[in-house]
Amino acid sequence: MDYQAGSPVDPRVIEAMTPYFGTAFGNPSSTHSLGQEAKTAVEDARSKVASLIGATRKEDVIFTSGGTESNNLALIGAATRSKEKRNKIVTSAIEHISILNICKYLTKLGFNVKHIPVDSQGMIDTATIEDSISNDTNLVSIMYANGEIGTMEPIAEIGRIAHDHGALFHVDAVAAVGKLPINVERENIDLLSLSSNDIYGPKGVGALYIRQGTQLRPIILGGGQERGLRSGTENVPGIVGMGKAAEIAAQEMEQESTRLTEIRDKLRKGVLDNIPHSYLNGHPTARLPNNLSVRFSYIEGESLVLSLDMEGIAVSSGSACSSKTLEPSHVLRAIGLRHEEAHGSLLFSMGKWNTEEEVNRILELLPEVVRRLRRMSPLTPKELQV
Amino acid sequence: MDHFRNPRNVGEIQDPDGVGTVGNPVCGDMMTIYIKVKDDKIADIKFKTFGCGAAVATSSMVTELARGKRLEEAEKITRADVADELGGLPPIKMHCSNLAADALHSAIEDYRKKKGK
Repeated sequence: MDYQAGSPVDPRVIEAMTPYFGTAFGNPSSTHSLGQEAKTAVEDARSKVASLIGATRKEDVIFTSGGTESNNLALIGAATRSKEKRNKIVTSAIEHISILNICKYLTKLGFNVKHIPVDSQGMIDTATIEDSISNDTNLVSIMYANGEIGTMEPIAEIGRIAHDHGALFHVDAVAAVGKLPINVERENIDLLSLSSNDIYGPKGVGALYIRQGTQLRPIILGGGQERGLRSGTENVPGIVGMGKAAEIAAQEMEQESTRLTEIRDKLRKGVLDNIPHSYLNGHPTARLPNNLSVRFSYIEGESLVLSLDMEGIAVSSGSACSSKTLEPSHVLRAIGLRHEEAHGSLLFSMGKWNTEEEVNRILELLPEVVRRLRRMSPLTPKELQV
Repeated sequence: MDHFRNPRNVGEIQDPDGVGTVGNPVCGDMMTIYIKVKDDKIADIKFKTFGCGAAVATSSMVTELARGKRLEEAEKITRADVADELGGLPPIKMHCSNLAADALHSAIEDYRKKKGK
């Protein structure tokens, strides 16, 4: 139950991709029919991705190597677009690490980056956004929904505020695409990042939606593919896979989101009702349908993850011990959790192949896992020592 | 992993001769070791840990290493000993083994202070 880390590729996607590894191996830039066959496949995938996000022109979608690259192109490409003198960038405290590190780089280049705080449920206050954005703002970048705590942000409203001040609006939608019905037109979005593996497509490919008329400085230079915005021979099989994944996501989103919400809520209720001192991280209702982030007092996340792994259940944690830097998750800290609370957090991110039976099994096992770890912990108060 | 799955010596001692606590929940690792001393040897030893898999495993291992030893010997148990007995730890987890050995030494020191030795 750790789909946010990595998902299998849908077998229908693998089937769609396979010819492009072998027989249809052409380069879309070639004039001959082999090349044109590849080009047609790429353009078809482009339409499907555009459709998924409500983009009216398929040309507004370009393909990249993934969400991180899309974020790099969006932020660096927009901030450094020529004839743009404004130097303020507004983003949030809970963005993906790629956005945070890109902003650090932009700060070195001389940009003034402001990180808007979130409330205890991870929601951005639009009044704070209103105060922070002005005519000096070049670009606003806010994620559609946070993949760690699940909270969905008021995107359309933030976009409106950005546009009122002539700022570009970028949305990192990697965690939300395929789960929530995104519409770039209605939601005032100029730039949108998405990734293939989060919609059960292959890893290593993603896309960036760029509203017509938005200027971007390309960051990968070369032969001028993707309208000059992203050079390099196209990853045809990967792109075809992403297109197929997008098509499936559009068709199945409503049904799948309903199903995921049901089993996620069953898990949520089971955990919060039956395990004492357990709490929800993130917003109770404005949250991704597949996301359950919870924390347990007095125990630590990595040992929870290991204990569940021993039972064949894969989840993840925002604890310091489970991160490369030994710092607890910046998202959990941003919602105001104390270190020890952040350490006791667990993330279940559900996907297509999770079932109600699996939820039932977790509900059987988890209370005892928590009890065992609490018995070992010096922090557990006497009344919980069972 | 064995010491994580089946940690030895988990618990408290009701009337300990020495108690050592190191780390804190802010860091994400905290260990308390309780010892009972008889004839200058560690007659009984128990631990409680808030921390990751390596923290639990190293606490468990250090109590196994220390049990029955004379105090002078137990004081010589180092972080490296604990890590070695477990078959090695990844570098990022070495600080967990530090805590385990430190907690043990802290408990012994506490005992000595109490006894005025």
